Amino acid sequence: MAEYEAVIGLEVHVELATTTKLFCGCPNEFGSEPNTNVCPICLGLPGSLPVLNRRVVEYALRLGEAMHFDVPSESIFHRKNYFYPDMPKDYQVSQYDHPICVEGWMEIDGTRIRIERAHMEEDTGKTQHIGGGGRIHDASHSLVDYNRAGVPLMEIVSHPDIRSAEQARAYVSELRGVLQAIGVSDVKMEEGSMRVDANVSIRPVGTGELGTKVEVKNMNSLRSLGRAIDYEIARQIAAVESGDRIVQETRGWDEAAGVSQGMRSKEGSNDYRYFPEPDLVPVAPSDEMRAEARAAVPELPAAHRTRLVAEWGVADQDARVLVDNPALAAYADQAMAVGAPGKDVANWCTGEILGFLNESGLSPEVLPLAPDGLAELIGLVADGTLSRSLAKDVLDECLREPKRPKQVVAERGLAQVSDEAELAAIVDEVLVANGDAVEEYRVGDEKVRGKKRGFIFGQVMRATDRKANAAMVNQLLDERLS
Amino acid sequence: MSARLSRTDVEHVANLARLALSGDEVERFGEQLTVILEHAQDVAALDLEGIPPTAHPLPLVNVLRPDEVRPTLDREEVLAQAPAAEDGRFRVPRILGEAP
Repeated sequence: MAEYEAVIGLEVHVELATTTKLFCGCPNEFGSEPNTNVCPICLGLPGSLPVLNRRVVEYALRLGEAMHFDVPSESIFHRKNYFYPDMPKDYQVSQYDHPICVEGWMEIDGTRIRIERAHMEEDTGKTQHIGGGGRIHDASHSLVDYNRAGVPLMEIVSHPDIRSAEQARAYVSELRGVLQAIGVSDVKMEEGSMRVDANVSIRPVGTGELGTKVEVKNMNSLRSLGRAIDYEIARQIAAVESGDRIVQETRGWDEAAGVSQGMRSKEGSNDYRYFPEPDLVPVAPSDEMRAEARAAVPELPAAHRTRLVAEWGVADQDARVLVDNPALAAYADQAMAVGAPGKDVANWCTGEILGFLNESGLSPEVLPLAPDGLAELIGLVADGTLSRSLAKDVLDECLREPKRPKQVVAERGLAQVSDEAELAAIVDEVLVANGDAVEEYRVGDEKVRGKKRGFIFGQVMRATDRKANAAMVNQLLDERLS
Repeated sequence: MSARLSRTDVEHVANLARLALSGDEVERFGEQLTVILEHAQDVAALDLEGIPPTAHPLPLVNVLRPDEVRPTLDREEVLAQAPAAEDGRFRVPRILGEAP
């Protein structure tokens, strides 16, 4: 059996977080009552004229800066003509052969993925198929809501430089991080503000040609993107191995069933007869607009991770988790800025604090424990006042109530016992009280010894309400049990 | 070059525009479209070396508006103009294919 490699290109649609739509002043809002955010322009009523939203251009230029795109001196809009009720005009205004951003790239784990283009276009309305279980072909009719029609999108099209589902996920994850960092979209795949289509083909390893590509749609999470691509690669290899030809088609991913299915589309319907949109003049970004965009691009995720690792000694994996959660990363940055060691800050932030945020649905800005409070807690562990175990209890209380760690320690009398004589007395008492365990420890093999020692240690902690200095207890046990 | 549009070309274009043409109409429109294309060929006959295609005749760029909300239309008024509405939405006949 020949070895195959996958050749994958991704088309990502991102809804921009503007206040209004692309060509009219209707609110760009998710979840409004159907057809309440509409006007003559986005409904395509005769005589209405679109005017481009300045902020969309600003966001597109920001994206251009962040992802190393060339920005041609002029870009124009086209009409993409098709008959489908999701657009009331029977065309979608999009950019075609003169997009605002061309030939950019992103680096994914050391590999440069080239990006062919990024262009502005308007989103379509939402159709719901009534009857027939909601399936388009069995429906009796459909209902259309044009609130989303005209919402600004950027479509970002990669070159076919991606070779695996894993890499595709990493690309989308990085792209999401960049878009979030530059503040142009809230990039929620689950809510549809970021939609990813994958073009997948296979070829024998070592050959340069491109196989017939199949487009896979409808993935609504990173996980489903990965699954859909893996499924498509396996499907194509199986087809080729059994002597079938791959047919160029569009397939819809069914996450629940874990399979994709060919989508019926009308023969020849993808002849869109693009022509320049006569109602919109070219966009010619000035030097000033480009400089503003450049100034608006903050530290990007890759640079942020590098800084956390190189300057603050944060582990690679922790840096990744932090940077994927920008608000948490900002929180951690502040804790580090007041002097807490980066490694400790990252540990707490990616462990207990992230766990609490996920569980409570809160965002870091509203935590009762300010970043310098976390630094205080870390200080209490470092100077031996708190064991790591008690520090967790203190943190838990500080995450729920507006109290400083030192205050909780004082109120609950939690300060760690580090007095050697006092601990030695307790250790001795515990050893006497658990003579059986001590005996088993002495005669046991390695496994038994580990177990019994853990038990005895636990008894000491218990006898001190977990306030004993763990390192000292270990040392005392070493001396007495050897 | 003055290639006459074939029947297939005309039928294809008619189909894209969702027009049902009779045999006579295909013939007649084919002739008319050919004349239009021939006129475009006159332009193509000129020496256009170094002249970028014109997307817009106006000497204008960057007509932009601020990202500010403007009044929207009243939904009942909007839906009253539609051939059919249901549940606050436009009601359309059964759709025969997936979104393009």
